[in-house]
Amino acid sequence: MVVSSPPAALRRLFDAVGTVDAVGIDERVAKFTTRSIKKSSKVWGLKKAVSMVDLTTLEGKDTPGKVASLCHKALQPHTELPDVPMVAAVCVYPSMVRFARAVLGPDSPVRIASVATAFPSGQSPLRTRLAEVKAAVSAGADEIDMVINRGAFLAGEFQVVQDEISAVVAACGRATLKVILEVSELETYDNIRAASFLAMRVIRPGDFIKTSTGKTSLNATLGNNQVMLEAIRDFYLETGRAVGLKPAGGIRSAKQALQFLTAVKETLGDAWLTNARYRFGASSLLNDLLRQLEKERTGAYRAPYYFSDASESY
Amino acid sequence: MPSLASKNQSAPARPRPRRPAPALIFGDLWEFDPAPETADPKIKSRYDLFINGAFVAPKTGVYFDSINPANEEKIAEIALAGTADVDAAYAAAQRAFATTWGRLPGRDRAKYLYRIARLLQDRAREFAVAETLDGGKPIKESRDFDVPMAAAHFFYHAGWADKLEYVAPGARVAPLGVVGQVIPWNFPLLMLAWKLAPALAMGNTVVLKPAETTSVTCLKFAEILQEAGLPPGVVNFVTGPGAVGAAVLQHPTPAKIAFTGSTAVGKEILRVLAGSTKKMTLELGGKAANIVFADAPLDQAVEGIVNGIFFNQGHVCCAGSRLLVHESVAAAVLAKLKNRLRVLRVGDPMDKNTDVGAINSRAQLQKITALVASGVQAGAELFQAPGQLPTKGFYFRPTIFSGVTMSHRIAREEIFGPVLSILTFRTVDEAIEKANNTAYGLSAGVWTDKGSRILKMSTELKAGVVWANTYNKFDPTSPFGGYKESGFGREGGRQGLLDYAQRL
Repeated sequence: MVVSSPPAALRRLFDAVGTVDAVGIDERVAKFTTRSIKKSSKVWGLKKAVSMVDLTTLEGKDTPGKVASLCHKALQPHTELPDVPMVAAVCVYPSMVRFARAVLGPDSPVRIASVATAFPSGQSPLRTRLAEVKAAVSAGADEIDMVINRGAFLAGEFQVVQDEISAVVAACGRATLKVILEVSELETYDNIRAASFLAMRVIRPGDFIKTSTGKTSLNATLGNNQVMLEAIRDFYLETGRAVGLKPAGGIRSAKQALQFLTAVKETLGDAWLTNARYRFGASSLLNDLLRQLEKERTGAYRAPYYFSDASESY
Repeated sequence: MPSLASKNQSAPARPRPRRPAPALIFGDLWEFDPAPETADPKIKSRYDLFINGAFVAPKTGVYFDSINPANEEKIAEIALAGTADVDAAYAAAQRAFATTWGRLPGRDRAKYLYRIARLLQDRAREFAVAETLDGGKPIKESRDFDVPMAAAHFFYHAGWADKLEYVAPGARVAPLGVVGQVIPWNFPLLMLAWKLAPALAMGNTVVLKPAETTSVTCLKFAEILQEAGLPPGVVNFVTGPGAVGAAVLQHPTPAKIAFTGSTAVGKEILRVLAGSTKKMTLELGGKAANIVFADAPLDQAVEGIVNGIFFNQGHVCCAGSRLLVHESVAAAVLAKLKNRLRVLRVGDPMDKNTDVGAINSRAQLQKITALVASGVQAGAELFQAPGQLPTKGFYFRPTIFSGVTMSHRIAREEIFGPVLSILTFRTVDEAIEKANNTAYGLSAGVWTDKGSRILKMSTELKAGVVWANTYNKFDPTSPFGGYKESGFGREGGRQGLLDYAQRL
């Protein structure tokens, strides 16, 4: 009878896209953590992870100088390891995009991602959010990381959520879009799966869905990563449209990164083991990846100060 | 399944797409390097019988080889017991019951059981490697399941040993005396723990025969019993083929016999022991139905199906070998299962990344091969995981059959291998009818979001264990056992303990 209530709307969406059993997901991802990745497969995984990093600084105290040093780190993660790839992108606030562009130049292989749409809360008028997206793109951003309207989602107003994403897609122009679901505010795996589908239905192939802003207490976990990987897989097999995934926040160690990559390998397969379809939103992760690569090369761990500082963000 | 993509449901059938259907690529872009477990299993080249607290040569003078099913190499020689050896073992057990163990207070028996459990934990890695070497199961299963669970059974029953006056409210319990036990090859150490721990906690003494192909961890366990200082004769191990098992089960001495193995042997035991006063526990075969309803979370159901049938190469009596899936989601479940099978890693059991290891013996491999051939011949559709198998050793690809009907052999006979038969149903009643249409009744699984349906199914299914939204979960506190031709009696929990007691 109360067909317009948020629970009824959510239930209809769950009926359409299917539900998730939390205990089952957590059991599944526990198996990824027991994979033993050694020697050359470890080196391959570590280098692949480096190439997937969106090196991030999202602080109120960010300065042009800090962004410049982040860009140099992105281009050349570690001078002692010349065969280590560049990271995929730097990720900054809109006001910092032009400084990053100035350092990286017009045709940089390292892309510039900008958060926008009143990141991290999204609590601004749509007009303001769209203007921010356009400003970031015209300042030189290659990629836009937007946040969805979680309030509208939890109220069951899915059309509002999707229309806003569509408006941002239009504002992006040629820039790649990453849609942040902010999983900690969606609260259940069922909601994360449902929100993934809402987003995937209106974004373009090659765009991403992204777990979190990194600004809340709970960020990317193997569990919500898996729920989103399975949503991407089901959507791809149904429509042929391949969407990427970016887990962000909380992935600090190389070991974690290899576990996330194992989940990608065993859920979506080889075609997603590329930075065109999978990214890590992280900053301190990069130096741990480098530290492990150095350990594989020399057989010994080096002190943290041996690696140049990236940033202090997540 | 409703369309995932479109906002409008029940859209008219789209024209046939020109592009091939989207598919996932599970290739070799990121191959894992070998990751072998290297701990020393500390296996002796020759094992004698364990009688009266000591290793003694068999009176037959004969030894047989135990091989590693992963590469067919010999790993040890095992003593072949004769009837004189079985007599000696029972004499020792009877003496121990009369003089030491049967008179010991429960709290003292508990001390021994705790000691055994801790010693097993101390040597967990060594035992895990030995178990994998001898039986062919993946090291991650022996490491994460078999050995910890075996220790847990000793801990659990040690806890009961000094509280037996509370185990059966209103009744006093006492041990039965000497118990004869025969265990199978699928979980050698764990089955040993399931059998020994409750018998010893209650105050019985034991003669146990492990399976012919998997005696090594049993005889290594004898070393732990020695180290724990268990009085001589409380536990005796005799080894050999089925004939030795028959001698153990048919001996006049034991007050109770406990057997886990095939239904055919179970029937033979019943025939021989009919009319005797011996107590019995039989845990026999199964052909469990894993039932997936349309509202189940499908990916987690698929994970449960895979765990249900490919765990331990399907050498599990409660394996979910029949998948009953609601017809509206059958295609979706089959597609998901195929993709899941593509990332199962089959191969060297000692590799830490192996998901499915070696078949336990050549005889079992031949049986599985023959039953799968019968499925193909009957017209069921076969799918096997791709990839290379090792050239030496006994391996069988994880296999699923779709389009199976209830009259197919692969839907009726216990295959005891990594082979899943998929059937469909339309109504709840049809699911129940098909699930119960078997001579077995050991276990079943139900996958649904609806709690009331779980309760209804668990009442209607004639199976000793019904798992809801999970599969193959075990705990020492939970009784396990069957209906119909899957046997009788329970193991684990208070119920399992009472099967080793007499009420006074």
